[in-house]
Amino acid sequence: MLKYFFQFLCFTFVSLGAQAQFRVEVSGIGMTQVPIAVATFRGDDTAPQKIGAIVAANLERSGQFKSLDNGNFVFDEVSRPDLAAWKQRNADALVTGSVTKLADGKFDVRVRLWDVVKGQDLGGQSHAVVAGDLRLAAHRVADFVFEKLTGEKGIFSTRIAYITKAKNFNLWVADADGENAQSALNSAEPVISPSWSPTGAQLAYVSFESRKPVIYVHDVASGKRRLVANFKGSNSAPAWSPDGKTLAVTLTRDGGSQLYLMPSEGGEPKRLAPSTAIDTEPVFSHDGRTVFFVSDRGGSPQIYKVAANGGTPERVTFSGTYNISPSLSPDGRWLAYISRVSGAYKLHVMELATGVALGITETTADENPSFSPNSRLIIYATQQQGKEALMTTTLDGRIKARLAGQGGDIREPDWGPVQR
Amino acid sequence: MKKSVSVLAVVVLLSACGSAVKLDSVPVEDKSGSAVSNMATQSNASGNGTANGGVASVDLSKINPDSIMQSTNRVVYFDYDSFAIRPEFQSVIEAHAKFLKSDKVRKVVIEGHTDERGGREYNLALGQKRAETVRKALGLLGVSDTQLEAVSFGKEKPAITGSTDSAMEKNRRAEISYR
Repeated sequence: MLKYFFQFLCFTFVSLGAQAQFRVEVSGIGMTQVPIAVATFRGDDTAPQKIGAIVAANLERSGQFKSLDNGNFVFDEVSRPDLAAWKQRNADALVTGSVTKLADGKFDVRVRLWDVVKGQDLGGQSHAVVAGDLRLAAHRVADFVFEKLTGEKGIFSTRIAYITKAKNFNLWVADADGENAQSALNSAEPVISPSWSPTGAQLAYVSFESRKPVIYVHDVASGKRRLVANFKGSNSAPAWSPDGKTLAVTLTRDGGSQLYLMPSEGGEPKRLAPSTAIDTEPVFSHDGRTVFFVSDRGGSPQIYKVAANGGTPERVTFSGTYNISPSLSPDGRWLAYISRVSGAYKLHVMELATGVALGITETTADENPSFSPNSRLIIYATQQQGKEALMTTTLDGRIKARLAGQGGDIREPDWGPVQR
Repeated sequence: MKKSVSVLAVVVLLSACGSAVKLDSVPVEDKSGSAVSNMATQSNASGNGTANGGVASVDLSKINPDSIMQSTNRVVYFDYDSFAIRPEFQSVIEAHAKFLKSDKVRKVVIEGHTDERGGREYNLALGQKRAETVRKALGLLGVSDTQLEAVSFGKEKPAITGSTDSAMEKNRRAEISYR
């Protein structure tokens, strides 16, 4: 019954630019969303990207804003909008701006943010970018608005990686909203487990191109690839240490699947927390001192943690008989993972301090969660109407958005860091 | 040689295409087909001398490499959540063991697979466990460890797509792949 109620509640938010590519499905209603209006930017009608619409969709997807109908009003950064009128429209904040083509072919994106309640100008920004970076400029504008209004860093200008399977397997690098995807790798054989380096310059992943799983580190800007783990048996589940110097990996060169730490440049692996069971899916804590991983040493797959310099592992998950794919929030407070509940694979979030965990989805085939760099959102793969999809969700599960993406099956998302 | 040429091709492609790396041109071929016939002539179809007036009788009854290499005899299926070799596959393992012991330079990769349920990396570990079981069974029958490698494809390469019970049954398997 609840399920039908949710489906009834689900609505499709077609953002203000009315462009199909901005379809963001938001299900569930949050309680503490800031109502914000983003005006149509002056110049949006002739620019290759609708800046105002991208900004509005970003803010909506964050779960912390409710984007209001902007009435198709056009205001730029020097306009003096009638804030009383926007107050009547229930807006707490108003974003205005412009996009102008410059003589050198670049575009100048400008923005101004208004506190409608206090009647205050909260400041502005400008970004001069080439046409190809207009979306990035829009994401930066959204980051600016987000930080001004919440006091926290925005993550809209970060990038995500994911894999699609169509005729071939592709590793994509896309904007955090799933748009602007560019293929980093195209292979006839499977590719899984992409993992961003801490700088966002490289991706480690598992490729089956040589008819066995081996680990590559791939420089995203140049396309240069380095084979870092090709030991006898399977090589998988790469995870970076926060300083980027070490990879935690799963190797089977000594028998079953076991954890190893090795230099990210390649080199001799050192075994971590050896057992006679399956140990896999390592992930470093934000301070680099602890490695969380999956092990069936207790009889069923559960999440454990161990000091990165060795020691006795401690069990972290206790309920259920199948808990896998740990992901840690960068602020160190939360653990996201997949738990099998009555045959369904569901995204769970645990508060590490209390050990209290909650399932936060209505779907049944969730996979591979990954936190946003500001610890506010989780990206994960799931199935909707029998098709693979990438979703973002707030940690309480209230606001979910389906990301735009390539055709074919889409999976294995990993959220990249804030790039300096 | 062919491999190094294709690697070179990738490098060339790489520099030509900027950041998008195309692996389409990397041949990932199954070499078992051609390897089989080589095997047959080299070591197993040995003639029986010339005692019967110049007629060399060829006896393939002891070891028939062609049948060993047939795909049906290269696959060991597993029960749900199980890593034990079912009794009906013991003869398959024995045939491969005999074959591998007869030709010590021959290398085999045992590829473990799972059905589609569960996480990709965890399934990789489960598929590995199936491959290891077959590897150990071959080892116990006297095959040298240097001839054997156990790897996993997890749920990435199903034999049959689909979520039916029969599809999943066919996907829980270890394939013995001659390289």
